Amino acid sequence: MAEIILKIREKIGIMVEAEAISPESFAGKGKEEIEALLVWQGPEKLPLSRFFDVEASGPSASPEETRIIMQGDLSRVKRIGEGMKAGSIEIDGPAGMHLGAEMVGGSILVKGNAGSWSGREMKGGLLHIKGNCGDHVGSAYRGSWRGMTGGQIIVDGNARSQLGGGLAGGQITVEGDVENFCGIRQSGGMILVRGSAVRGVGAEMNGGAIAVCKDILQPSPGFVETGREEDPKLGEVQLEGRFVKYAGDYALSKNAKGTLYCREV
Amino acid sequence: MAALTGTAIIRNGSVFDPLNGINGDKKDIFIREGKVVPSLSSAEQKDALVIDARGKTVMPGGVDSHSHVAGTKVNAGRLMRPEDHYKSVRARTALTHSGSGYTVPSVYKQGYDYAAMGYTTVFEAAMPPLEARHTHEEMRATPILDMGAYMVLGNNWFIMRYLKEGDIEKAAAYTSWMLRTHKGYGIKCVNPAGVENWGWARNVSGLDQPNIHFEVTPRELIRGLAEVNEMLGLPMSLHLHANNLGHPGNWETARDSLMITSGMEARNKSQLEWGETQESARRRQTVYLAHAQFSAYGGTSWRDFCSGAADLAKYINQVDDVVIDSGSVPFGPATTMTGDGPAQHDLYMITGQKWSNTDVELECGSGVLPLVYMKSSPVHSVQWAIGLEVMLLIDDPWKTIMTTDHPNGGIFTQYPQLLTWLMSKKARDDTAKECHKWAYDKSTLGGVDRELSLYEMAIVTRANPARTIGMAYRKGHLGAGADGDVTIYDIDPANLNPNDTSALTAKLARPGYTIKDGRIVARQGEIVSVPDGRRFYCQPYVDEDLEKDMLKDVKDWFKYYTVGFANYPVPDKYLKNPVAIPVNQPLEAVMRR
Repeated sequence: MAEIILKIREKIGIMVEAEAISPESFAGKGKEEIEALLVWQGPEKLPLSRFFDVEASGPSASPEETRIIMQGDLSRVKRIGEGMKAGSIEIDGPAGMHLGAEMVGGSILVKGNAGSWSGREMKGGLLHIKGNCGDHVGSAYRGSWRGMTGGQIIVDGNARSQLGGGLAGGQITVEGDVENFCGIRQSGGMILVRGSAVRGVGAEMNGGAIAVCKDILQPSPGFVETGREEDPKLGEVQLEGRFVKYAGDYALSKNAKGTLYCREV
Repeated sequence: MAALTGTAIIRNGSVFDPLNGINGDKKDIFIREGKVVPSLSSAEQKDALVIDARGKTVMPGGVDSHSHVAGTKVNAGRLMRPEDHYKSVRARTALTHSGSGYTVPSVYKQGYDYAAMGYTTVFEAAMPPLEARHTHEEMRATPILDMGAYMVLGNNWFIMRYLKEGDIEKAAAYTSWMLRTHKGYGIKCVNPAGVENWGWARNVSGLDQPNIHFEVTPRELIRGLAEVNEMLGLPMSLHLHANNLGHPGNWETARDSLMITSGMEARNKSQLEWGETQESARRRQTVYLAHAQFSAYGGTSWRDFCSGAADLAKYINQVDDVVIDSGSVPFGPATTMTGDGPAQHDLYMITGQKWSNTDVELECGSGVLPLVYMKSSPVHSVQWAIGLEVMLLIDDPWKTIMTTDHPNGGIFTQYPQLLTWLMSKKARDDTAKECHKWAYDKSTLGGVDRELSLYEMAIVTRANPARTIGMAYRKGHLGAGADGDVTIYDIDPANLNPNDTSALTAKLARPGYTIKDGRIVARQGEIVSVPDGRRFYCQPYVDEDLEKDMLKDVKDWFKYYTVGFANYPVPDKYLKNPVAIPVNQPLEAVMRR
């Protein structure tokens, strides 16, 4: 097992694009090689050592055997773990945008908050955010219609708008609340919100399932009640209490295949 | 320095130059100041760039006669598809601009990608007159390539009115004035009569169905525009995007459309110096059918959808006045974009994809919609088969041109893959195994053994596109006087194994050298110099009084335009390195009969 610790040196100004921080790019490299990896900051390509103190311990190893620990305020460091396939990243503080975007495998744990686009178009693996996160978590990027297709995202806090936009597979769990358009254009997969949602839940969805365990302030108009269930099961997840089951979004299609559960009021 | 002067010798390559009947002969090519010459003096040879092409394939630079690379609909495709751009980026270098976009690249990337693939000439397939300024702006910004644009006239109010009135001379006067005014190269006719109906949410379904208000039929428009084309004597024939495009069973419409111009005489009156060729470099066809794949469908619905390519090819094999380009489908992401507004709406209804639609006032329409062609889809698999059938079932390669109707059927950077299928039955069989079974079940492709040779490949990617659009006076061959545009592939014809499909595709994608005007522009896929290309357009003339008469009508109806008459033309400054092709002499100008 190789363990690499990146400690942020000073507060970062212009955001850094750090897709170079992943078990794949660190695997088999020593301290100096890791320090020399290049990241973009604005128009410049700079070595990681410009921003981080690097400590490496343990023998050089495969990505699976590589563990990255990041310390400090990483809220201005974007794309950490982008496309990673194996290994793990632990972030001891807040993380910036596009954390774990397009990740395929392995795991990322954030002890603080995470920025927008976390887990964007994720294909597999586990992304666990202990704090709150921004908009578009697990969603499709601008213009694209396919969001997360596999893997799991867990948010212990709240998420903002468009969580799981275009979700086509995988599972997102939010322990807290979400804001607007959670599960917009969802075609598969599952979203579980333990708290409340503001509005637009499941807008234009044509597949998959969403459950909101508290209130939806303004339900979408294109959903039709199909029944009421006690303690329904959503995939592997057992919900507790009485839920209203809806189908939708009929605003998009006459043959809507999305399912939405909301706690009975 | 030698590279800059455009003087070069390409030694000992195996040359494929179909317009000169050269089929792999070992030969030296001499280029002096950008033009092919029979030989160089020993003083000139001393300063020339010398390339040893022993064991390599030498062809004229690639010519794409139908591609959507400039203009408003292309840009609409870029604007509505950020997802097409952020995953396909190109960093700047000391020589080249940055760029992005896979199916609809930015103008810079487009120019570099074409040049890196061995192409030096690309013509934009559809320029709405009102959007001509935008089209020229994008062409001006496209590096390296020589370009021109066909003007869309098939649903133009003035054309429809004149042809309804039977006033062919005024239609010719209008066309000639429009080509000069907007610096257009040829006449494109998109879903004639149908796009005008689309303004009222309708289409036309048959060649003899009159449209609303103008009450003119597709047949009258195709015949009329083809007559205008030959009266003026344009370098290229009428370029037709047939009615009912994309509909099951449309091969009959395509065949009947091609029969309309049967018996007309192809008359290219352009006043040019012609490079030396053994074969005639002048076009024979009176109609050039665009993207035949989209017009070669059998069946009656998507349920009994099948290929109609064999039937369409049967007609084309019998006649000598038709050329098609294939509009093949190599699978993967595409962005459909066409002046055929109703066809795009049909696609939107099928796919539910994001869709953009535009009415170009008084002139035409347009639609854009992203599409992914999938091997798992039965319909897409048949489309793949049809796109290859139209190339393989039409016996004479001088009647076919290989395209993907970029970016409609596929992306121009997929040409190497497409060529591999055309050159190797094994490549086709391998892909058919990965496709939905409809690919072979609903087409004749599985029974086709033909494999294109390098000579035939040079015809369908160079000689014929150039000849069909009237550019073979300087493009598409390596006779004396031709432009010094050369592609050198790292392919030894003596050891060519088309069944080593991935190697063949890779070699076609990254030629050893792309040479333009005697200068190396790309080497092994890397851009090494960035000259500015030329912009070709036609200048036909009609009798002055006739033109005055016609302009009275134009000014009268200009009240329906939202632009002022003075702002309508494309000013000269919109063109970099313009090449105006004089089409007819005053004595030949079209007169009142």
